[in-house]
Amino acid sequence: MTTPLLSLQGLTKAYPGVVANDQVSFDIGEGEVHALLGENGAGKSTLVKMIYGLVKPDSGTMLLRGQRFAPPEPRAARADGIAMVFQHFSLFDALNVAENIALGMENPPAMGDLAARIREVSETYGLPLDPYRTVGDLSAGERQRVEIIRCLLQDPKLLIMDEPTSVLTPQEVDILFETLNKLRSEGTSILYISHKLEEIRTLCDHATILRLGKNVGECAPAETSARDMAEMMVGSTLQTPERSGREFGEVALDVSGLSVPSPSEFGTALKNVHMTVRKGEVLGIGGVAGNGQDELLGVLSGEITTAPDAIKFNGQPIGKLGPTARRKLGVLTAPEERLGHAAAPDMSLTENALLTGSVREGLENNGFLKWAETKSFAEKIISAFDVRTPGPENAARSLSGGNLQKFVIGREVLQNPDILVVNQPTWGVDAAAAASIRQAILDLAAKGTAVICISQDLDELMEISDSFAALNEGRLSAPRTTTGLTVDEIGLMMGGAHGMEVAHV
Amino acid sequence: MIVLEKRPQPSKAWSYATPLVAVLATMVFGGILFAILGKNPIQAIGTIFWEPLFGEFAFYYRPQLLVKGAPLVLIAIGLSLGFRAGIWNIGAEGQYIMGAIFGAAAGLAFYPLDAFYVFPIMVIAGAFGGWLWAAIPAFLKVRFGTNEILVSLMLVYVAEQMLASVSLGLLKNPEGFGFPGSRNLQSYESAHNAELIVGSGMHWGVVSALIAVIFAYVLLNRHMLGFHIRLTGEAPRAAKFAGVNPARLILFCLGMSGALAGLAGMFEVSGPSGQVSIDFNVGYGFTAIIVAFLGRLHPVGILLAGGLMALTYIGGEIAQSQLGLPAAAIQVFQGMLLFFLLAFDLLTNYRIRAARKEVA
Repeated sequence: MTTPLLSLQGLTKAYPGVVANDQVSFDIGEGEVHALLGENGAGKSTLVKMIYGLVKPDSGTMLLRGQRFAPPEPRAARADGIAMVFQHFSLFDALNVAENIALGMENPPAMGDLAARIREVSETYGLPLDPYRTVGDLSAGERQRVEIIRCLLQDPKLLIMDEPTSVLTPQEVDILFETLNKLRSEGTSILYISHKLEEIRTLCDHATILRLGKNVGECAPAETSARDMAEMMVGSTLQTPERSGREFGEVALDVSGLSVPSPSEFGTALKNVHMTVRKGEVLGIGGVAGNGQDELLGVLSGEITTAPDAIKFNGQPIGKLGPTARRKLGVLTAPEERLGHAAAPDMSLTENALLTGSVREGLENNGFLKWAETKSFAEKIISAFDVRTPGPENAARSLSGGNLQKFVIGREVLQNPDILVVNQPTWGVDAAAAASIRQAILDLAAKGTAVICISQDLDELMEISDSFAALNEGRLSAPRTTTGLTVDEIGLMMGGAHGMEVAHV
Repeated sequence: MIVLEKRPQPSKAWSYATPLVAVLATMVFGGILFAILGKNPIQAIGTIFWEPLFGEFAFYYRPQLLVKGAPLVLIAIGLSLGFRAGIWNIGAEGQYIMGAIFGAAAGLAFYPLDAFYVFPIMVIAGAFGGWLWAAIPAFLKVRFGTNEILVSLMLVYVAEQMLASVSLGLLKNPEGFGFPGSRNLQSYESAHNAELIVGSGMHWGVVSALIAVIFAYVLLNRHMLGFHIRLTGEAPRAAKFAGVNPARLILFCLGMSGALAGLAGMFEVSGPSGQVSIDFNVGYGFTAIIVAFLGRLHPVGILLAGGLMALTYIGGEIAQSQLGLPAAAIQVFQGMLLFFLLAFDLLTNYRIRAARKEVA
């Protein structure tokens, strides 16, 4: 039997109060695409950080081609041929592609030579990229290419990719997979982290599944059903949200000819957005991150005001109204960023319940706060949405991401909105919590609320939405009925492959 | 190796304990400093903290504590509202001066009329003067996005020039033999901010400071506006999402701190100081910034911090005259207090843990 490229043996890493990895062992063969599967918090990130030299294991060994391997820092790992593409890009918006790549190198060559190298690598692997473009102007998919090319310039033996497809359209995913297949055929091994099962089934040779820090199983993805893998991941049978057949009412929200510039420099302006949502309807809005999702939420929440007629609620113009006035009418929103936007990190859950609940729940009296009522509102959210916390006096930042998300969604749902707008409602939330959040959204729609769900998770949108539209560079495609939409059609609505049409591997 | 580990949520116990620990640490290290200077450290510390309160001449010093502490507390309460929201009024000294000028001018305009309404009008004029001076940076920030730190600070120097100008011109005492400075308000009954109980040091400024403490406490803990102030400071984006109007908040916080600083100036000029003069201001507006932070921007904390600050001032003066400690040593001592407070503050949000070496 041949020696594997990288062999992990009994890796353990504990943080105060939590064992992130517990005796994890597996091998990655040469030229193998190995999937690392697991829910959020299963210990995937800690594991790859140990391989990349960012974190040192408490115990256990790693062998690289049979040699003991214990990188003290990422530089040493890179010197041994290990490269990593992170989920969150570390790029400077104001610099161009070549400058960004040079910043990450030990001894960057002259800019002209580097640009030529970037062109060469990008053409070889079918990742077209102009070295002189400013990163701030690139789409998320293009930014990812910058990170991949940065890695490929090191000629890696093992390429680690952390959730690479979360920012890509389906067409872009296909192109990425071609690149990865080409790398595999050249003998590069890839450690591919994801929780998207279909992707893993098409791409990966082998999969290791982590749950609560332990290796709970291995499988050959092509021969295992997605459902079986999912159940290994969560350790229990999955419940899919049900939706009951329902009739839609009159138009509740009518957005027409909405154009606004973005408040931030590298944001995306909304361009001539049209949409209508009827009572009881769930409109899913897909699209790659950074195509105007935050701006759309801001416009609907009232944080960004527009011409009065651009947004109508039950026929009444509300474009000029601020967040408080809209809440009074029944237009509620839940932003994507939980800490710092939807909730104040250092404030208690009670205070965070007050943050959006004051108007509709009657938590103030001529400006004076009713703390007792506010506390019981917070307790109601905690019990109705199964938020795991010792009590409402705890700070928002002490909650895990999933629990805080349940709190944030629950806070809006319990206020019986007429319109609910949510952005990435299940981002970073474990499968069970995600299912309960989706169920809550569907239940609300069944009671006649018009729901807009902005998400990058297409599976989620297919599951809960009645109609589907996509944001692409600030433009919203015409909404279509979800039933019967194919992945290809959705991909085209999302803008196809951004600037990738020329790529032929 | 020692590492700092962020607590999942701020420690309640430490947030109350840090001021006490800081005072103790200051006593220890201040004592070492005094010992190096060749003074008996225990005697020196005792003089600073004991003498003003319980010493032989405490009957004289105790009222002084109120007189020194009141303006500090009054100004610091106003500043803390803005600081909580991330609005930095550094120019309270200027607002204090303008409050004194407006207040004194209003009183002197009625001179020598004897009427009950003269003093209340002076109070309103003083608050208005301070408000006006703070409204300049507030308006410029809201309208043009200027930096309120710079504008409010620069206006301190403008106010000082105004003070010199009116002392030499507009408000100069016509019967003052040409000396700079206004009429003495202490000798104008209707305008005099006299002691409410003779020999207690308790004047209207002290009463206002106490009212301000209660007002700020209720505002921050029981009112929507106070909630919005705290929310803006902790998470500006969440505040916007909650529907806070940042412009209105800036106008309120700067205006309120200006008005309170103006009141402090007015009570000082009509009471302990008595007249508008070139060297009227002694830095209360700047020291109040320290008091605000020493009191953790909490109304009750500020009340205690103002008292402590007044204590070190008066105790320091006693130590200077009785033990011959240099004034610089007293200033270092006061600096230590702030330093230790900020240093120990870390323990509220972090815990110290011994850890094995780890590559991070």
